[in-house]
Amino acid sequence: MNIHEYQAKGILREFGVPVPDGHVCYNGASAREWAKRLGDGPWVVKAQIHAGGRGKGGGVKIATSPEEVRTTSRDMLGMTLRTHQTGPDGKVVTRVLVEKGCKIARELYVSLLVDRTTSRVTVIASTEGGMDIEEVAAASPGKIFREAVDPLVGLTAFQCRKLAFSLGLTGKLTGKAVSLFQGLYTTFIACDCSLLEINPLVVTTESELLALDAKFGFDDNAVFRHPMIADLRDYDEEDPNEVEASQHDLSYISLSGNIGCLVNGAGLAMATMDIIKHYGGDPANFLDVGGGATIERVTEAFKIILSDRNVKGILVNIFGGIMKCDVIANGVIEAARQVSLKVPLVVRLEGTNVEKGKQLLADSGLNIVAADGMADAAQKIVRAVAAC
Amino acid sequence: MSILINCDTKVITQGITGATGLFHAQGARDYGTRMAGGVTPGKGGTTIDGFPVFDTVKEAVHKTGATASVIYVPPPFAADAIMEAVDAGIELVCCITEGIPVLDMVKVKQYMADKGTRLVGPNCPGVITPGQCKIGIMPGYIHKPGKVGVVSRSGTLTYEAVWQLTGYGLGQSTCVGIGGDPVNGTSHLDCLEMFEADPETEAVIMIGEIGGNSEEEAAYFVRDCMTKPVAAYIAGRTAPPGKRMGHAGAIISGGKGTAAGKVAVLEDCGISVAASPAEMAQALLKIYKPN
Repeated sequence: MNIHEYQAKGILREFGVPVPDGHVCYNGASAREWAKRLGDGPWVVKAQIHAGGRGKGGGVKIATSPEEVRTTSRDMLGMTLRTHQTGPDGKVVTRVLVEKGCKIARELYVSLLVDRTTSRVTVIASTEGGMDIEEVAAASPGKIFREAVDPLVGLTAFQCRKLAFSLGLTGKLTGKAVSLFQGLYTTFIACDCSLLEINPLVVTTESELLALDAKFGFDDNAVFRHPMIADLRDYDEEDPNEVEASQHDLSYISLSGNIGCLVNGAGLAMATMDIIKHYGGDPANFLDVGGGATIERVTEAFKIILSDRNVKGILVNIFGGIMKCDVIANGVIEAARQVSLKVPLVVRLEGTNVEKGKQLLADSGLNIVAADGMADAAQKIVRAVAAC
Repeated sequence: MSILINCDTKVITQGITGATGLFHAQGARDYGTRMAGGVTPGKGGTTIDGFPVFDTVKEAVHKTGATASVIYVPPPFAADAIMEAVDAGIELVCCITEGIPVLDMVKVKQYMADKGTRLVGPNCPGVITPGQCKIGIMPGYIHKPGKVGVVSRSGTLTYEAVWQLTGYGLGQSTCVGIGGDPVNGTSHLDCLEMFEADPETEAVIMIGEIGGNSEEEAAYFVRDCMTKPVAAYIAGRTAPPGKRMGHAGAIISGGKGTAAGKVAVLEDCGISVAASPAEMAQALLKIYKPN
């Protein structure tokens, strides 16, 4: 789960991490009022969408008077912002963050994440703020510094000092950096983050440290214990089909192809997409119906797949395992009837009672093609879709 | 021989009075696994379908002599259940539970650091030594006793590989589902080391997916230390970057953890990589001639 920058900064403020003064605004008039309240300019108007690269797309602008804050905000609100992370359709801006500007002396980078290799939360810092950290890692790995955190001890002051000195933060800035890094770590743990990235972290000309931008990723598995964070979710920023799927406990990711996939298990679902591509087709989605593929869930899954108008055919790939194939076959038949399926449907079933299941599909009177094995299934659906 | 479990392994089920726990405990017992009972705090002293229920893992171990445990406890309580099993001296813990917060697992890993317990999972199908012992949710009948080891992050994709092997008449020594979470107990590498040391295992199929570098780490071991043939498949060649593909660990970030990158490393290390998931057994047969 992701949140907006203004929400991220709100959380950081609560944990004592210094961020610029600012406020979210939904129209030009309130933007002007907030600019006045924030004190002297200049101000920065920032489009609030869940994507990076906003500056290049015209989503971050400087204003020198409250009136300019108003006109800039007014122009930004309602515009469709396209960045390298939004995809070609872009995102419509419905809110802006109006912030007090600051005089930047240096731009740094800091992030926290769970490092899978060490199974520990790791702080990553770099002198190259404002850049894509992956590019820095590739071009100049010597400018990236790391500290792995012992979960029972937490991020220690000496680790913070090591990072601070590596970043060239000396004198009074060292202490400020220690307190900022520890504030970030406390936030990360308290909110069950999967990622917390401050890029850039700036040193102002007044020798203050400020988190000028903030990006949070939350562990979806832990959102249940943070209802306040769950409330920050902005469904408008997400694919409506993915939201619908999550409400039925289906794991669904929309893709750009035309063959819908309905599979049990995440690994098999990825493998099914791969084999469609392998035989020259293009998957329309990732969809894992989970272990218990009941009639209701299969029906919902069909509805979600079919709501994507690019879908020209569906491949069902179920390794029954403990579930019996005749039960699954009945689910597929019932679902196909309920949604009055018009596109080709290829079904590959494996597991207990597979013969019974195949017989049910054949006797259903529906236009269902049975397949033996994954390769056969993928070839059949690719051919069927190419033919229509 | 086999790895991790065999016909002597005694197993307790944590969360045995829940619907899922009981269902799979019964399934494992029907398969022939020595299911010794289970744990549900507050229900100690009762029995459920012939299984004795205990309040604590320690008591269950003391009374039954179990050395392995399988966990079906709901996600908010699963990390605690793992640590309780570790504290009770259980040798092998299989955590089936899906959806454990990753920071809970970070603590669990630290808690386990200086103790002798091996954790498999979480978010995994479990471990099976065909014909001897089944711990977890996999369908027993697709397996066949034999000499190919299987290790995988995915449940149903493991079944797919096993089904292909069984179809070619190739039985399995042990199949281990290590789970799809970013922080887990047992890695691909751990399993390869065990398979290499197991005299009954002649060859291995390793199934991986996008995200992390567990497959690469295992591949270097294959290149440097392994004498047995290894085939592999990597799921997620068509996965877009930045999206979590079901498994919490299956995410491509910043150009890292891509299928293409993993396949290249695996092939460089002498692993036979299947071009499609339908060809996992064939990929193994290219480099392995069973007697």
